[in-house]
Amino acid sequence: MINLTIDNQQVVVEPGTSILEAAQKVGAKIPTLCYYKDLNIIGACRICVVEVQGARTLIPACVAPVAEGMVVKTATPEVIKVRKLILELILSDHPQECLTCARNQNCELQKLAEEFGIKEIRFAGAKTEYPIDDSSPAIIRDPRKCVLCRRCISVCTNVQTVQALCAENRGFNTLIAPAFNEKLADMECVQCGQCSLVCPTGAIVERDDTAKVWAALADPEKHVVVQTAPATRVQLGEALGAEPGSIFTGQMVAGLRRLGFDKVFDTDFTADLTILEEGNELLQRVTTGGTLPMITSCSPGWIKFCEHFYPDLLDHLSTCKSPQQMFGPLVKTYYAEKEDIDPADIYCVSIMPCTAKKYECQRPEMNSSGYQDVDVVLTTRELGRMFKQAGLDASNLPDEEYDEPLGISTGAGEIFGASGGVMEAALRTVYEVVTGETLENIDFEVCRGLTGVKEATVQVGDLPVKVAITNGLGNARKVLDKIRAGEADYHFIEVMCCPGGCIGGGGSPIPTDTDIRLKRITATYTEDERMSLRKSHENPAIIALYEEFLGKPLGHKSHELLHTKYTSRGVNK
Amino acid sequence: MKSLDELAKIKESRRAALKIREGVPSATEKAHVMMCGGAGCISSKCLDVVDAMKEALNKNGIADQVQIILTGCMGPCDMGPVAIVYPDATFYRRLKPKDAEAIVEEHIMQGNQIPRLMYRTPGAKEPTPRVNDIDLFAKQKKIVLRNNFYIDPTSIEDYIANDGYAALGKALTKMQPEDIIEEIKKSGLRGRGGAGFSTGMKWGFTAAASGAPKYVVCNGDEGDPGAFMDRSVLEGDPHSVIEGMAICGRAIGAEQGYVYVRAEYPLAIERLDYALQKARKNGLLGKNLFGSGFNFDIEIRIGAGAFVCGEETALLTSIEGKRGEPRPRPPFPANAGVWGKPTVLNNVETWANIPEIILKGADAYAAIGTEKSKGTKVFALAGRINNTGIIEVPMGTTLREIVFEIGGGIPRKKAFKAVQTGGPSGGCIPAEHLDTPVDYDSLGALGAIMGSGGMIVLDEDTCMVDIAKFFLDFIVDESCGKCSPCRIGTKRMHEILDNISNGKGKEGDIELLEELATTIKATALCGLGQTAPNPVLSTIRYFRNEYEEHIRDKKCSCNVCELKE
Repeated sequence: MINLTIDNQQVVVEPGTSILEAAQKVGAKIPTLCYYKDLNIIGACRICVVEVQGARTLIPACVAPVAEGMVVKTATPEVIKVRKLILELILSDHPQECLTCARNQNCELQKLAEEFGIKEIRFAGAKTEYPIDDSSPAIIRDPRKCVLCRRCISVCTNVQTVQALCAENRGFNTLIAPAFNEKLADMECVQCGQCSLVCPTGAIVERDDTAKVWAALADPEKHVVVQTAPATRVQLGEALGAEPGSIFTGQMVAGLRRLGFDKVFDTDFTADLTILEEGNELLQRVTTGGTLPMITSCSPGWIKFCEHFYPDLLDHLSTCKSPQQMFGPLVKTYYAEKEDIDPADIYCVSIMPCTAKKYECQRPEMNSSGYQDVDVVLTTRELGRMFKQAGLDASNLPDEEYDEPLGISTGAGEIFGASGGVMEAALRTVYEVVTGETLENIDFEVCRGLTGVKEATVQVGDLPVKVAITNGLGNARKVLDKIRAGEADYHFIEVMCCPGGCIGGGGSPIPTDTDIRLKRITATYTEDERMSLRKSHENPAIIALYEEFLGKPLGHKSHELLHTKYTSRGVNK
Repeated sequence: MKSLDELAKIKESRRAALKIREGVPSATEKAHVMMCGGAGCISSKCLDVVDAMKEALNKNGIADQVQIILTGCMGPCDMGPVAIVYPDATFYRRLKPKDAEAIVEEHIMQGNQIPRLMYRTPGAKEPTPRVNDIDLFAKQKKIVLRNNFYIDPTSIEDYIANDGYAALGKALTKMQPEDIIEEIKKSGLRGRGGAGFSTGMKWGFTAAASGAPKYVVCNGDEGDPGAFMDRSVLEGDPHSVIEGMAICGRAIGAEQGYVYVRAEYPLAIERLDYALQKARKNGLLGKNLFGSGFNFDIEIRIGAGAFVCGEETALLTSIEGKRGEPRPRPPFPANAGVWGKPTVLNNVETWANIPEIILKGADAYAAIGTEKSKGTKVFALAGRINNTGIIEVPMGTTLREIVFEIGGGIPRKKAFKAVQTGGPSGGCIPAEHLDTPVDYDSLGALGAIMGSGGMIVLDEDTCMVDIAKFFLDFIVDESCGKCSPCRIGTKRMHEILDNISNGKGKEGDIELLEELATTIKATALCGLGQTAPNPVLSTIRYFRNEYEEHIRDKKCSCNVCELKE
């Protein structure tokens, strides 16, 4: 153990602890900007400098390890003066468009400027001017607002292993962008939006599509329906100022009605439907010698990743569309027929914890209803913005129920939002369908949690079903490489693009860190337990859907509306 | 190379052939013409002179009796092309192809030296024929550049003849690794890259560090404007660097070395690469050197033109194939260098010192220099000085001796104003400190640094605001952009300086510059940023009046800055 003194207090910490972490133990809060716990610890911004006795220079607390006998002062007048000047320098190369910025009041730079009481910027020199990249349907990059913290590079390179972003040029002209300053839309970028979650400022944000939704709501000719992804109900509260882990299901439904949506439906419904289709696809592959392992296909970031980096493994992907994209065509066929509405007049809005869904709904194959199946996708953050604009205080809204029939769901659909949830939901159904027995304990704890790669063997009748579950694309890579090498004997693999699953998706409220992810996961399983039905095949609306419209799982209509194909994209060279 | 005996045999046989370069006339050869083949002389077309000379030798039928050898840089670049004709060691300068015939027919064939091609000390009536009698050379002390006058850099035999690889042989057959480190510590050698850290201690830390394999790295990314010491060594005596690195490999337990050279040094890369091939061919790199069981080899890594890659952690990152950006220290390279493994990184000049220390002993080396700065230092003289080029002097030589005796003073009878040492990381030292001995600590105390050896002389016509702006301009261009104080702070300093020199300076600018400078020094990530404000701080310290004149009177007394009202 290492003994040191921080602000005149004795501290004992493990060797290798940073000064920043040690200081937290004695309640000394050192300001940071580029630092991001467990992700980006590079000592670039220099806001966290502290005084270390005997050191020639000030020392960056985030990267500097403690040493025996070290004497640290975290907030001397000199240190504060220096931090202020560095902040002033950073602000001098910033557009200062706070009032019109997507991150207004949720910006780490703005917060620092406020805390340090920056009242004047004495440097009226050049500012970096690079054009905004709005090529992507999901993510907008504004390099002018970039503070070059490189968190986006870290998450894209080290967590997602996509490497769509890197540092280019040097000095004052340094630019964080796709290699050779390509457009994001032309890159292997999978649109997961994890970069937008970790960006401290408004340099990387989701494309804001709220105006389209307001316009649709204002159009009397349009029948505007909305579907809400499983994770949104455990996220929306945060976007409106509630504590992480708050569950706002009923209030979200109520709020959406007040915004003027004609019907408030639930993606949980098509999550249940996915289980029926995908579960049967798995059984078919197992019994007919199809390509195994089969891999889930709910996560559009993951799909694009596979298309770019593992095009040779596309046959392993389930042909099922994601729940969002099963919902779209059903609303414009089944629901339209049932309610006798011209599908051309239906405007289908999705609320998703995801930026990649914005990309997914624009894929050319997603038109099986004869129209663009899902018209527009809003992230949880954008929905929070609409609630605020409408003056909806979610905590004062009543608890309302989803509309029938596409709003009826089970706990199995709900847990799609967390890593392992799709697998657990599938196991609940597959077990009962195959064995004909009632599953005693439906909680598959082995599927749950933040572990990067989870593996389990579940006895289903005579067959020991081997499964793997990954979250974060870097972890997916580990399993995919095993498949490539012929070393994977799994039957079924769940891959979720984002760390923790959709509850940590790129469209989630900011901040989203490990602790917050865990709280949302807990809330997800609380929702699951609250539901009277917790197995997809018991969803009466799904049973009715098959009876009235689809026929049977994997049937002709299913194939037409609910299944898709993939494109080998390869890597830019 | 299997043994010291084998080495000794090569040395003896070659040495006999080189007696003529020590002034001993040869029965079979009339002369050895050592033509400076440094990049400077090549630029001033020394190769045309060589061709003309070959033609003259052929015409006179004595081509087989005269050797023309293209050496490394001899130093006095402004006099190039230069040559030394042995056995009488006559120094000729500013040679033109048309002079070749005279040298062959008058000097070599008839023994009549040619006064018009000789060097004349400023003010002296007669020229000085012999190289070692010339002031410029007589006051120097050559350790690092010991071979540049004498050997063909492409001949490993020449290098061996001058005791080359004897130090490696000694280190491998007669010394334990810890003895080698002890010897280097005792020599007092400090890093010649500029920071001046004890080389022996650095090796000791790396030897003691856990982790394998370990690496030896040579920093040849010399980037200070006007500095070309390392280039001279790599071009003129590449084996001295190879030998130094191999000795270190033995001392710390490394089998792999890397030499990182900037791409702008194609000749240095070519000569080094050739030397590496020769060393391998002769068993001086590779497996089981001198039968000791020790293996060592070296790879060249070519930089891509970023100044910051001379910073050690950026260099290591660049070797790994990544964008050359510094990383925080600790961990230091001794513990986590290339590929995260323990690594010794020294600069070219430091490496070239190693064989001499091992061969002649630490005490002999430590006898040269001052109490805390041992040995010699190579400098690149540039700017407003008569003898521009490369020199090597004992530590402790005063600035006055360097500028006025070796450097020959200021041209056109102008007054000396300051000398800028240490390049963009260094500072300007004014006339009142001309008697300062050149060593790490004395220069540091004056707000300058030893640096890698760039020395730019400024005369009365030099505007100090302009000089500060010049260096800052360089830094703004070369900052890697990783840390905010350097990336934005140096840009803002440059903008303020630009305003001052344009007549847009205002009261408070000097204070703002000082505030920025001290903050950048205290907070920048790497050595580049931490020293970047030095040229500004030192000029404010010694020439504040010039800044004030620009700001208040909108005037530049040196008529350099164009101030607009």
